[in-house]
Amino acid sequence: MPASEILPLRDEQDVVRARQAVRARMQELQFSLVDQTKLVTAASELARNAVIYGKGGDMTIEVAMLNERTAIRLTFEDHGPGIADMESAMTDGWTSGNGLGMGLPGAKRLVNEFHIESTPGKGTRVQIARWK
Amino acid sequence: MDRIPILRMGDCLLVTIQVDMHDHLALALQDDLTSKIHASGAKGVLIDISALEIVDSFMGRMIANISAMASILDARTIVVGMRPAVAITLVELGLELPGVQTALDVERGMQLLRSSIDRSRANAR
Repeated sequence: MPASEILPLRDEQDVVRARQAVRARMQELQFSLVDQTKLVTAASELARNAVIYGKGGDMTIEVAMLNERTAIRLTFEDHGPGIADMESAMTDGWTSGNGLGMGLPGAKRLVNEFHIESTPGKGTRVQIARWK
Repeated sequence: MDRIPILRMGDCLLVTIQVDMHDHLALALQDDLTSKIHASGAKGVLIDISALEIVDSFMGRMIANISAMASILDARTIVVGMRPAVAITLVELGLELPGVQTALDVERGMQLLRSSIDRSRANAR
């Protein structure tokens, strides 16, 4: 089992592949079904954001020890327009496109750790982790 | 392009989602289902999501949209078979699917649909 894995996020098929890769890795590590479902759902939201708003990017899957617990850490990186108004982007119901605006704040609620950095004109990087 | 099959059973339509859906597939289902309701005059739609391992905000919105569109076309929608882990995740995600009727399994969903269709027929008389 490699320590980390990088998957491209160019189109919606890649979003499905990203979900399946996260699921497979969590099954290997015997995460509970609810943990798997939460992280895979968060990954789906963030992967879709990278494809639609970020104009493509990639996802890195890593296994890590966080607070002495086995964790999966996912990093989503794109080189799209970035997020100018971070406070709004993290608010339920706010959307710059035609989504529901639940993606970022919803994904944050589904994980143990959530970090987001964005530079307008450069891109966005979101890192999430869920531990056992 | 892939399509999710829609089966007709009397005055109801039955959809069983058995693949890991990408977004276009979800949108195609929305279009196909509304066309089929219109063409067939179906009064009820049963959507079985028991094979879905996750429902994210996009799929949740698609389910809510189908239900709302069907309602405007005079058909009731019942979503059946949601896995417990999916229900937990949906609520934490912030999607409670308002306006979407659910049942635990296909059998109960069909009963609910039947009685709701019969009731509205009786009222129409």
